[in-house]
Amino acid sequence: MNLFVCITQVPDTATRLKIDAEGKGIEEQDLTLVLNPYDEYAVEAAVQLKEAGTAEKVTAVAVGPEAVSSALRNSLALGCDEAVHLTTEAPLADPLQQARALAAFLGGVEADLILTGKQSVDDDTQAQGPMLATLLDRPCLTEAITLELADGNVTITREVEGGKQQVSAALPAVVTTQKGLNEPRYASLKGIMAAKKKTIEAIAAEAGEAGIEVVTLTLPPPRPEGKIVGEGTEAVPELVRLLREEAKVI
Amino acid sequence: MPKGVLIIAETRDSDVRGVTADAAGAGRRLADAVGGPCCALLAGNGIAGEAEGLGAYGVERVYVADGEGFAAYAGATWLAAVQAAVTACDPALIVLAATSSGKDLAPRIAAALGAGLAAAVTDFDAREDGIVYTRPVYAGKIYQQLRLTTPIGVVSVRPKAFEVEAGHTSTPEVENLDIQVPEVGETGSAVEAAAGARVDLTEADRIVSGGRGMGGPENWPHLEAVAEALEAELGASRAVVDAGWRPHSEQVGQTGKTVTPQLYVAAGISGAMQHLAGMSRSKVIVAINRDPEAPIFGVADYGIVGNALEVLPRLAEELKDTAE
Repeated sequence: MNLFVCITQVPDTATRLKIDAEGKGIEEQDLTLVLNPYDEYAVEAAVQLKEAGTAEKVTAVAVGPEAVSSALRNSLALGCDEAVHLTTEAPLADPLQQARALAAFLGGVEADLILTGKQSVDDDTQAQGPMLATLLDRPCLTEAITLELADGNVTITREVEGGKQQVSAALPAVVTTQKGLNEPRYASLKGIMAAKKKTIEAIAAEAGEAGIEVVTLTLPPPRPEGKIVGEGTEAVPELVRLLREEAKVI
Repeated sequence: MPKGVLIIAETRDSDVRGVTADAAGAGRRLADAVGGPCCALLAGNGIAGEAEGLGAYGVERVYVADGEGFAAYAGATWLAAVQAAVTACDPALIVLAATSSGKDLAPRIAAALGAGLAAAVTDFDAREDGIVYTRPVYAGKIYQQLRLTTPIGVVSVRPKAFEVEAGHTSTPEVENLDIQVPEVGETGSAVEAAAGARVDLTEADRIVSGGRGMGGPENWPHLEAVAEALEAELGASRAVVDAGWRPHSEQVGQTGKTVTPQLYVAAGISGAMQHLAGMSRSKVIVAINRDPEAPIFGVADYGIVGNALEVLPRLAEELKDTAE
C-alpha cells in the first residue's frame, strides 16, 4: 500500500505574531516555523502503518515556497521514505488552490491512503482534506481519533457534538487526523542524518486562481479591564451579586 | 445569475439541531445583503415535518431530502443533496454552521463548485463593493477580513456568532428533492452519545472549566457542583486532559474546542496563550486562581484570588442560596 501525507508548515503556536506593514500578512522575521501540529498525527499514523508492514512506502507532500522544504525534511526525519515539494512563488492564501495543487499531483500517482492533519493552525479553515478528496472524487473521513484498515476499507472514529461517530469507506480515501489519534514521535538523530541525504523532488504547483481575497488582518478587540473581586471564599457573595446584577449572566 | 442564499439545516435523524438557528441568523442577513430568496436544504430521516418551522428563521423555500441515507451525517451523501439543492435554487451564497459536520461539508461544497470559502466566520460587513467576512486565524490571535471572489460562495459560521431575528412568520414553500445517494461514499454510523453529555461545549451558553490548580481528578465534584448550580457544561485545560484527569472532549483551547459562551468560569487554570485562544471570546469570564499574577486574570472580567478547592464549594452554595 502506498501512503501519502500532505503537510504544511506553520508558525509555532507559542510565537508572538505581528501583522506586517501592508496589513495583509504576518511579519516573517523572528518566526519559528514548524511542522503543523495536526500533520504530526498524520505522519505518525503513516509511519506506524509502514512499521506494521501494512504500507510499503510513505511520501510526504507539501505545497508552498522554498521555506516549506524544511517541514518536508522534518517529515523524512520522522520516517517518511520520500518527499515531494509542489513549489509556488508565494504562500497560497486560498485553501482550494492548495488542494488543487495537491490533487494535480496525487491524481497521477497510486495513493491508496492520503493522510493530512484536520487543520493547519495558521488559517484554521479545516478545508484541505475534504477539498482534496472532493477534487479527487474519493471518500473523506475527517478528524480521526482512531484509524483501522481492513479488507480494503478504512474506518475511523470521530468526535461530534454530544458523542462519537464511526465512518467507513473503501480505499482509496483521504483521512484527516485529530489530536488523540496517536503520540507523535520525535525525530531520531539517525533519522535526521538520513533525511539530510535524501533528495526532495520539486515540481511546480498547479494551483489555479484564488477564489478569496484577504482584505486585511487585524488584532482582536481588547477586552475591557476586569476586576479582582476579592480573596478566597469571602469574595464569593459579591461575585455572585456582580454576575447577577452587573453582568446579568445568571 | 446566482441569487439569494441557501442555508443548510443541521440535523440528526428526524431532528433539526438548535445550531441551525445560528446559520439561519447569518443566512437571512446575507440574503438581505445580496438580494434574492432565502432558501434552506433540510436533509434527514423523517425530517419533512420540520420544514414549516424553518419559516421562523425567515426561510422562504425549503428543499427537503428525506430518507434513511440522511439519518446520520456522511459527507458524500450530504454533498449530493447540496448539489441538487444548488441546481434547484442557484444561490449566490451557501451558508451553514461550522460544527463537526459543517466543517467537513463546507470545503467539499467549495471544491465541488469551485467556490471561495469563508470558514468559521464570526461577523460580516456588507459594503458597497461586496461582503467582507471576518474570521479568526492563528487560533484567534488574529482576525482575517476577506472577500469571496467567485460567483458562488460558501460561508460557514461559528456557532453562537449569529442570532435569528425575531418576527419572521411566513410559511415557506416546500419542494422535495430526489437525491441519488452516491455508491462510492462514506457510511456514517449513528452518534454514540457520550455519558452525561448535554450540550456540546461549542454550543454551550455556560461553561465551568478546571485546570491543574484543581489538584487532581478526585476534586472534580467541586466543579460539578458549580456546573450543576449554573446549568453549565464542564470544560478542561489541556494540562488536565493530557494528565488523563478529564476526557479530550472537554478540552478548551487551541488543540481542543473554541467556545463562546455567555459565561466562562476558569478554576485553577493559569491562562496559557493556547487556552485563551479557545475561550477569550466568551462574553463574561470569571477566574479563580491562587496566583494573582496568573495570566487568566488579564482576560477575566471578574476574578477571585484564592484556592479553587475552597472557593468552588462556597460558590455552589451561594448560587443555590440566592437562586430565585
